[in-house]
Amino acid sequence: MNKLKCALIGSGNIGTDLIYKLRRSAVLEPVWMVGIDPASEGLKRAAAMGLKTTAQGVDGLLPHVLADNIQIAFDATSAYVHPANAAKLTALGVMMIDLTPAAIGPLCVPPVNLKQHTAKLEMNVNMISCAGQATIPMVAAVSRVQSVDYAEIVATLASKSIGPGTRANLDEFTYTTSDALVRVGGARRGKALAVINPAEPPMIMRNTVYCLTDDAPDEARITESVLAMISEVQKYVPGYKLVNGPVFDGNRVAVFLEVAGLGDYLPTYAGNLDIMTAAATRTAEMFAEELINGTLKFPQPQEIQA
Amino acid sequence: MSFEHLKGRKVLVHDMCLRDGMHAKREQISLDQMVKVATALDHAGVPMIQVTHGAGLGGNSIQHGFAPHTNEAYITAVAAAVKRTTISVLLIPGLGTMKELQSAYECGARSVHVATHCTEADTAQQHIAYGRKLGMDTSGFLMMAHLHTPDGLAAQAKLMESYGAQTIFVTDSAGYMLPDDVHARVSALRAALKPETEIGFHGHHNMGLGIANSLTAIAAGASRIDASVAGLGAGAGNTPLEVFVAVCERLGIETGCALFPLMDIAEDIILPMMDHMVRINREALTLGYAGVYSTFLLHAKRAEARYGVPARDILVELGRKKMIGGQEDMIEDTALTMAKARGIKVFRAA
Repeated sequence: MNKLKCALIGSGNIGTDLIYKLRRSAVLEPVWMVGIDPASEGLKRAAAMGLKTTAQGVDGLLPHVLADNIQIAFDATSAYVHPANAAKLTALGVMMIDLTPAAIGPLCVPPVNLKQHTAKLEMNVNMISCAGQATIPMVAAVSRVQSVDYAEIVATLASKSIGPGTRANLDEFTYTTSDALVRVGGARRGKALAVINPAEPPMIMRNTVYCLTDDAPDEARITESVLAMISEVQKYVPGYKLVNGPVFDGNRVAVFLEVAGLGDYLPTYAGNLDIMTAAATRTAEMFAEELINGTLKFPQPQEIQA
Repeated sequence: MSFEHLKGRKVLVHDMCLRDGMHAKREQISLDQMVKVATALDHAGVPMIQVTHGAGLGGNSIQHGFAPHTNEAYITAVAAAVKRTTISVLLIPGLGTMKELQSAYECGARSVHVATHCTEADTAQQHIAYGRKLGMDTSGFLMMAHLHTPDGLAAQAKLMESYGAQTIFVTDSAGYMLPDDVHARVSALRAALKPETEIGFHGHHNMGLGIANSLTAIAAGASRIDASVAGLGAGAGNTPLEVFVAVCERLGIETGCALFPLMDIAEDIILPMMDHMVRINREALTLGYAGVYSTFLLHAKRAEARYGVPARDILVELGRKKMIGGQEDMIEDTALTMAKARGIKVFRAA
């Protein structure tokens, strides 16, 4: 079968882990990795795995986009760089999967709203944050049963799994995730809390999701909905696990989750990074499947501008 | 250890009963009570008082409980009531944000503790810098300091100093440290930090060492002490402020606080406010003994009432699993898991 050719922008942990995820895909093929440091571990590994590489940033990739038929690019750089990357690549007809907090395009949580995005042929979708990917499916599972006034999530992450970008900009993580609990999760108000735990050996990512329902919660239907949603997430994140709950206390619904990674490039405790790369891969696959079977067609690329 | 050489030293006392004390009150201190206590502390010459939700800015949440008023309402009311004392707030990145710090400043807060777990100082860079930009007296606050080595803690303190923090606190959140632990950490910070950077100590009284540890910190170079009138605070409470001031008077350490009015505040205002006696009870002692975050105390007692697992067992398990401040959700989770393992039926089947 004809796989869709993909480029990975950013040669850090996320970009490198994506190589493994994409190589496993039936419909995607990683072809290029873009970095800015020729000595980076990610670029070396990508080259060793047979990818073409450039250390010249996205500009190093642009001349090859049409020749190599790159149709999807995953951006794992930073919110500051993403807008420029996206502008250059979408002009060439490349669809962007944005793993930075830039969120130029619509927010995407695969089991919740990916179908809407493919239907609209969104050319830039944003993956929100690790905590967003881990918790929004649960908020949506409750809000599809009955209205949720307020959703609050607590994400606890292993210290070793948090890079300098997130550390230096924790407020951005908080705002982005809080906002997505409302816009994608379907709650009226949202709040996200992050805790970074340095325990050794590193702890597996934990997430607690609280929802306050407007009316008394329908316990049977919410439980059924939560369990069904967990199965949906497990299709692309096998280590997504319900530890306790849902438990009900008045109008409060609480769900306690654990997210273990696949252990591709990143260790299994870093479920927070794995759920991002897995969700991004799942998103790209959905677009790819529709492109391959002809239900979707990307716009024709424009001529390369100097 | 002798403390006689501390005679003549000046120490800045910072009252915590209207912030850490919120934990002991399940976040339910009223506006009137806050104003009354703050006014009295101001009259007694306490130079700094911290107010707001127990978890600080952004604290109102299911995770940490909802206070009856917004942080802005508390700060505004207290700011209008006090004349000399400086109002401070707590900001834990990941929970509170710079927007909330800005808002606290606009309401009258002029000092901030920017708090991280003792190994995660680099999550506070933006917030410390922003505190300074606002012109606030800005401290870095290294929580659960017993979980890091003295040199490791000093390296984290250096980071906070490099972001602009003017004071670095060694924070014994679990009330676990013994005087030698305090001495080693404060000395390491003193050796590593610039001479103009102050060092603070924030104790909890879970092992009965709030006063002794504070004196040890001063002897090792600390010049700011967090304490709380009548000890109103999480766990067995903070270092009891009126006791600390009395000891300082005996030693000739200058705090500028008036002892008898503080004793009266403790006895006549704070004690009647307490929902339970803040003292070293079985669970609080467990916190100190096992090195568990003091705020977990009442959460664990609630989980005991709901799920039938003794609070002490839950706290020991939380310590074993290396849970840190902010992981209050894991108390219910741990209680549920322990109840399952013990065959206790904990929630209605759906």
